[in-house]
Amino acid sequence: MNLLNKFKDPELCLNILDQIKSEIQGEFRFMEVCGTHTVAIFQSGIRTLLPESIIHVSGPGCPVCVTHDREIASYLALAEKDLILATFGDLIKVPGPGGKNLKAAQAEGARIKIVYSAFDALKLALDHPQDKVVFLGVGFETTAPTVAATIKMAAEQGVRNFSVLSFHKLVPPALKALAADRDIQVDGLLLPGHVSTIIGLEPYRFLAEEYQVPSVIGGFEPLDILQAILIMIKQKNKGRPEVVNNYKRVVPDQGNAKAIETMYEVFRPADALWRGLGIIPGSGLAVAQRYEQFDAALVFDQELPQVDEIPGCKCGEVLKGLISPDQCPLFSTRCTPANPVGPCMVSTEGSCAAYHKYRL
Amino acid sequence: MCLAVPMEIMSIEDNVAHVEVGGVKNQVRLDIIDEPPQVGDFVIVHAGFALRRIDREEGLETLKLFQEGLGLELIK
Repeated sequence: MNLLNKFKDPELCLNILDQIKSEIQGEFRFMEVCGTHTVAIFQSGIRTLLPESIIHVSGPGCPVCVTHDREIASYLALAEKDLILATFGDLIKVPGPGGKNLKAAQAEGARIKIVYSAFDALKLALDHPQDKVVFLGVGFETTAPTVAATIKMAAEQGVRNFSVLSFHKLVPPALKALAADRDIQVDGLLLPGHVSTIIGLEPYRFLAEEYQVPSVIGGFEPLDILQAILIMIKQKNKGRPEVVNNYKRVVPDQGNAKAIETMYEVFRPADALWRGLGIIPGSGLAVAQRYEQFDAALVFDQELPQVDEIPGCKCGEVLKGLISPDQCPLFSTRCTPANPVGPCMVSTEGSCAAYHKYRL
Repeated sequence: MCLAVPMEIMSIEDNVAHVEVGGVKNQVRLDIIDEPPQVGDFVIVHAGFALRRIDREEGLETLKLFQEGLGLELIK
């Protein structure tokens, strides 16, 4: 059997599952903080295989889902100005205040282009020298370095019609906020694979050392996920929480120093507003002073508008794992992937969308 | 957003690699990769940039997993 089939081998998975069942003592709540894990856990059927005493909750791991209403309102306000907005496709359907989204703004005449990378947005600026092009920056440590590298390129080439509205967010400060929240009580954290490729192991150490939460960087195959759960349970039983890299075939312990360096040359840590979690100090990335001519917030004097919350939407509580998506009164009735009310239903990686697709 | 598919490097010009997977050709930037790849290596690609070089064997293994999971023909 080759290496790859081992990650799906039913016999190996059942073996791990047996070990999980023999190790589990009482209730164990684990949270995953990566949208791709959310989908993988549903797709592989792991939830139905695990004993009932293992409770799985989805955390704030989908960049679109954690984008706050006020940030979406800011995008919509920018769309009304005389410029071209370049955005990743998954942001375009997220409803802002009053249910309006960027797609509706586009229908009303706003110039909105979907791009697959920040670099494509820069190319758009070079191709349209008479227009101002603004890239909507969302995403975690996986995406932020790519946007930083693009801003550096724009600076090197002296581009004057390109800027970024940065609502990038950092994962460790959000995990700190979750770990410190007494309501949440998570026994183990399945740490994100691709964010970890960039930041490595070190930024998670506090989870075990300060908050005694077992934490495992895991891959996306069934065996990866089951192994991660077993490691977390064993750590809890021993009372010796650690941060473990169980995805070494992709994630280097030390991360990607060049990506981090690029990210912190162009951005500086800033407070950020998260859906459901509120303001988390130092959890965002603002454009550093040296590159301020590329900061759309300054160029267009863009502040975060005050907005009313979307009535009835419980995405915030879902992101904290306080309720499961089907406990939201709008779930699968007023709020569906075809007509999403909140961002957790918009993104295919959102927990509400995953529940809707795999549980109904 | 974080589905990072490994792609094979067919050629490199300056800071741009021409990559291919399952007949899909693309160009990815090498600005933030910390281990410069060579033609024939695989890279994990995210939002138009190579994040990490991975060994050819690992790349092929991962592609087979995607192939099974997604029902796509990525490698023969």
